[in-house]
Amino acid sequence: MSTPTTRASFPGAGGLRETGKLFALGLDVAAQSFRRPFQVREFVQQCWFIASVTILPTALVSIPFGAVIALQLGSLTRQLGAQSFTGAASVLAVIQQASPIVTALMVAGAGGSAICADLGARTIREEIAAMEVLGVSPIQRLVVPRVLAAMLVAVLLNGMVSVVGVLGGYFFNVIMQGGTPGAYLASFAALAQLPDLWISEFKALIFGFIAAIVAAYRGLNPAGGPKGVGDAVNQSVVITFLLLFAVNFVLTALYLQLVPPKGM
Amino acid sequence: MGVEVVVEDLSKSFGRQTIWQDVTLTLPPGEISVLLGPSGTGKSVFLKSLVGLLKPERGKIVISGTDICRCSEHTLYEVRRRFGVLFQDGALFGSMDLYDNIAFPLREHTKKSEAEIRRIVLEKMEMVGLLGAEKKLPGEISGGMRKRAGLARALVLDPEIILFDEPDSGLDPVRTAYLNQLIVDLNAQIDATFLIVTHDIGTARTVPDNIGMLFRRQLVMFGPREVLLTSTEPVVEQFLNGRRQGPIGMSEEKDSAQVAAELAEMQAGGLQDPGGPKGGGGTGIVPQIEPSPGLPERKAVQRRKDRVMQILHTLPPAAQDAIIASLTEAERARYGVFAGAGVGRGQAGSPPRPQGPPPGRPPSPAPRGGQPPRPGPQPPQPPPVAQLPEGGEWGSRSGELPGQGQGGQSQRRPQDPGQWFRRGGRS
Ligand SMILES: Nc1ncnc2c1ncn2[C@@H]1O[C@H](COP(=O)(O)OP(=O)(O)O)[C@@H](O)[C@H]1O
Ligand SMILES: [Mg+2]
Repeated sequence: MSTPTTRASFPGAGGLRETGKLFALGLDVAAQSFRRPFQVREFVQQCWFIASVTILPTALVSIPFGAVIALQLGSLTRQLGAQSFTGAASVLAVIQQASPIVTALMVAGAGGSAICADLGARTIREEIAAMEVLGVSPIQRLVVPRVLAAMLVAVLLNGMVSVVGVLGGYFFNVIMQGGTPGAYLASFAALAQLPDLWISEFKALIFGFIAAIVAAYRGLNPAGGPKGVGDAVNQSVVITFLLLFAVNFVLTALYLQLVPPKGM
Repeated sequence: MGVEVVVEDLSKSFGRQTIWQDVTLTLPPGEISVLLGPSGTGKSVFLKSLVGLLKPERGKIVISGTDICRCSEHTLYEVRRRFGVLFQDGALFGSMDLYDNIAFPLREHTKKSEAEIRRIVLEKMEMVGLLGAEKKLPGEISGGMRKRAGLARALVLDPEIILFDEPDSGLDPVRTAYLNQLIVDLNAQIDATFLIVTHDIGTARTVPDNIGMLFRRQLVMFGPREVLLTSTEPVVEQFLNGRRQGPIGMSEEKDSAQVAAELAEMQAGGLQDPGGPKGGGGTGIVPQIEPSPGLPERKAVQRRKDRVMQILHTLPPAAQDAIIASLTEAERARYGVFAGAGVGRGQAGSPPRPQGPPPGRPPSPAPRGGQPPRPGPQPPQPPPVAQLPEGGEWGSRSGELPGQGQGGQSQRRPQDPGQWFRRGGRS
C-alpha cells in the first residue's frame, strides 16, 4: 500500500487477484475468530437465522435424494447380484457424498445469499465504512459470527440429512424394493465405519466455511450501486457451488487414499 | 483546536480509471473548508482517502506528523479516533435505534458507565436537535434526521477533524439552512477542523472559510473563500452560476471547441439559463453564516484573518479587494491596508502599525498579523509576516511536529499569485 503498485495485466490476472483477496479474507476471519470480545449475540442470531431458512428445504431435498440413491443402487446391485450390499452402499453414498453437498448447497443458497445481501446493503449504505472509521473491525463484528454460524449450522444440518437420507434409503430398499431389513443392517455394519461419519461432518464444516466466506466477500465488495448487490448475491451462489464441487473432489480423493476401507 | 491536515500530490485511481491526481491542499486547523465539484468527480473518494478507507496510489496525507497513506494498520486506527465522519445519508446501523447508534462509539472505545454514556448521548442529541427520538430506528425517520443522528454519532468521541459528505444532499432548502447553521454553531463550540464535501452552491457560499473545487480529475483551486467566489475561471463560474454553458457537461466533460463556442455565444447574446441554480448561486461574496446568538465567537475567524492577511499578496486582485472590503476600519488599520487598494498593487511606504490590539478584540499575542504584507513584486526572501511565529495559535502545531511543518509552510510561503490556479494540475 505504500509503494506505487504496478498492477499485473495478463489474461486471468483479475481472477487471480480476486482469488487472492478471497483467501486473504478467509485468513483474516480465521485470525479474528480468536479476538475478544466474541460477538455471542450476533452469532446466536445468525445461527438461528441460517437454521430457520435451511432446515425445511434441506429435509425436503434429502428424502428424495436418499430415495434416488437407494433406487439407483438397488437396481445396480441386483444386476450385479449383490443385493445384500445395497444398504451399505446407499448409506455410504448418502453420508459421504450426498449429505454434505446437499447441506452446503442449502447453506450457500439460502444462508449465504442472505448473508451476501445483508452485508452488501450495509456496504452500500456505508455502514461498513462508518464502522471502520469508528475503529471497529467489521470482519470481527459481522463476518466472523456469520462464518462460524454457517459452519455450525452446516455440521448440524449434515447430521440431520444423514439420518433422513439413511431412513429414506431404508424405506425404499425394504418397503419398495423388497430388500430384507436384516441384510440392509448387516451390510451396513460390515462396510460402514466411524471415519465415514467424520469425513462427512468435516466436509460439511469446510463447505459451510466456504459458503459464508464467499458470501461475505461478495457482499463486502459489491460492484457499485444497489444493482451491484443483486449481482453480488447471484455471483456468490454460483462461485460457492463451483468451489464446493472442486473441494469435494479433493477431499473425497484424499479420504479414499488416506483412510483404508473397512475389510469384510 | 482542530488539527491541520496536509495533503500533498495525492493521486487515486481505480484500475485504469484515474479519479483525481496531484491534489495538494492544506486544511487549516479549526477552519471550515468546502470541497466543491460536480457529481462523480471523486469527492467522496477524497473523503474516504482522508480517513484511510481508500488507499491513494501516490502522495501523502499528513495529520499531526503521521502520513496515513503509509502507516501501520494500528496507527491508522489511532489516527481515525481523531476523526468524526458524517457519511452521506448518515450511515446509521440499521438494526440499532438512534440512542444505541450514538452510544456505539462510547461503548466500543471507552469504559464509561452507562449513566455517563447516557449523559453524553443526550447532550449530543440535544446539540443536533434530536431529543425525544432516542427509540426510533433509522428506517423510521426522515433523511434530515438521519443526517443529524449521524452527526451526533460522529461527535461523541470529541473529534478534532470532522468530515461531512454532502450534508445538504436530499434535503429541502429550509432543512439545508438549518443544517448549515448547525455546522457553523458546532464549529464555534468545538473549534475542530471541518471539511464539507458538497455540490450545493448555497452551502459553499455561506458556510466555509476556504473553498476548493475538483474538476477533470484535478483540484482546480483551493484557498480562502474569496478566491473561488471572485474567480473568473470558466469552470468555477459555470458551477457557481449553475449554467449549462461552460466546460461541465451532462455526463462527461465537453470538448473545448464546444465550450468556446458556447461561451462566445453567451457573451454576445446574453443568453442565460432560465431559473436559477440549485442552492442559490451567483457570483460575488455573501456574508458567512454567524454562530447562533448565545454561542461563543468562532475562534477560527480571527485565526483565518491573520493567516489570510499574511498571504494576501499572493492572491488574485479580485480576491484581495474582496478580503479588504470585508475588514472593519480598525482591522484595516491593524493590517495596514486600505479599501480599494489591494496590497499587491502599489501601496508603498511604511503603513501605520497599531501599537496595541485593536479595540473589540481580546488581546492577542503581539500583532503578528499586524504587519502588512510587502507589496509585490515578490521579494526574494519571505517577508517578515510569512515567517510564522513559533508558538502562535496557527504556527504551534506545525512547529512541534516534524514532517508537518513543510507541508503547512509551503502554502503560506509567498508564491506567485498564479498558484491558486495551478494546484494539483498537469495540463
Ligand atoms: N470502490 C470503488 N471502486 C471503483 N470505483 C469507484 C469506487 N468508489 C467510487 N468509484 C468511482 O469513483 C468516481 C467518483 O465517485 P464519488 O467519489 O462517489 O463521486 P462524488 O464526487 O459524486 O462523491 C465514480 O466514477 C465512481 O464510479
Ligand atoms: Mg459522493
